Amino acid sequence: MTGFRLADGGGPVIPNFGQGTACLRHNHWFCKSWVGQHWGDTLQPALLQHIYLTLIALGIGFGISFLLALLGFRFRLFDAPLGAFSDFLYMIPSIAAFELLVPVTGLTVTTIEIPLVSYTLFILYRNIVAGLNGVSAEVLEAARGMGLTRLQTFLRVELPLAAPAILAGLRIATVSTISIATVGALLIHYGLGAPIFDAISLPDIFRTELVAAGGLTILLALTADVLLALLQRALTPWSRLR
Amino acid sequence: MTVASLFVDAFRFMGNNGSLLLRTAGSLSELAFTALGIALAVGLPLGLWLGHKHRGLFIALGASTLGRALPSIALIGVFIAWLGVGFWNVTLALVILGIPPILANAYFAVDGVEREIVEAARGMGLTEAQILLRVELPLGLPLILAGVRIAAVFVIATATIAAVAGVGGGLGDIIVNPASYGDAGVLAAAFCVAAIALVTALLLALAQHAASRRMAPRA
Repeated sequence: MTGFRLADGGGPVIPNFGQGTACLRHNHWFCKSWVGQHWGDTLQPALLQHIYLTLIALGIGFGISFLLALLGFRFRLFDAPLGAFSDFLYMIPSIAAFELLVPVTGLTVTTIEIPLVSYTLFILYRNIVAGLNGVSAEVLEAARGMGLTRLQTFLRVELPLAAPAILAGLRIATVSTISIATVGALLIHYGLGAPIFDAISLPDIFRTELVAAGGLTILLALTADVLLALLQRALTPWSRLR
Repeated sequence: MTVASLFVDAFRFMGNNGSLLLRTAGSLSELAFTALGIALAVGLPLGLWLGHKHRGLFIALGASTLGRALPSIALIGVFIAWLGVGFWNVTLALVILGIPPILANAYFAVDGVEREIVEAARGMGLTEAQILLRVELPLGLPLILAGVRIAAVFVIATATIAAVAGVGGGLGDIIVNPASYGDAGVLAAAFCVAAIALVTALLLALAQHAASRRMAPRA
């Protein structure tokens, strides 16, 4: 571990409260001029890093969850232990998980990604299994009657019918991941958590940076939620038929 | 330094600083469990009542989405910038973070109880309060406890990070101060935070398991 923590790397971004505009001197909640000036060198890079962190965590998390869910769905014996395992991972507080990984993976993005991925398992595993198990016996009987093989039944019947539950899980996992990813910046100055920690670790909390970065995080989470909701509608047109 | 030796150092730190760790674990627990208690007292009745009335789906959904989207450290920062550093100011921020999972799970637990069962209870002459407490609450208990567990882990994690803003005096102070306590101290404190959360969550998970076994339909 090195001493690379907290306020490191924030340097030029943090205003000198003695100079600057009146808004900054009085530490108002939102100084437009600061946000405008530092969008390019602080907020936008942090936002892009945050999107990158989230996409990787969700991609890997979804892949692992899907494989584990297939295992738990196909072999019921594994379902309870896998469910309990994903529960267990979620019981470790984010901050402790990040710190405990530092000796193993160092101060790298990997150290942030591992807990993020493991938290998505908690949400995705159960949703995927529940979605697949939710397909009614009559539907499966009909599929067999039509002469579909086991694989065809899975791909053409079970998976599409489970899609709403899977996508609902993905929405929850996405919003959670975006929010929890900010905590990782305590260790590695990366993502939207970095400006948030920079602002908080100043003796007099720098309100504009805190509100701008915190607000961007919420905005990113809600935008992702809406986009996934639209995807859910587009992918499962039948669920709108009543 | 090898990975193993770092962990060995952490355990050595635990051995040498037992009283420091116990004391800081105590103040972290005090902060986290006070907030969790208040969040339960507010979120649980509200969620149960809305679920019983089958009203406020929008509130439950909104609370759960917004609750998940809120970056916890930013909220702590806003509260400290606004109200100043203090035990109750941070507690208030933690309460706000703890309520959504408790409220949403309580709502969906009660809302999801089969209508036939509730109708049967009503037919047997149970009052609305009796239906809620004797029928819906026991049947929804596993899901309700799952919400409490999620809130507990979240509140403990956030109470730890609150140390960044100079609040707490708990285990978080050690975690954000590698310069004073060294990497071994940080690691040891992280173990303690994980242990507090794990013990709390495992107790709630056991209660959840017991509740769902008791409520499972008998063959």
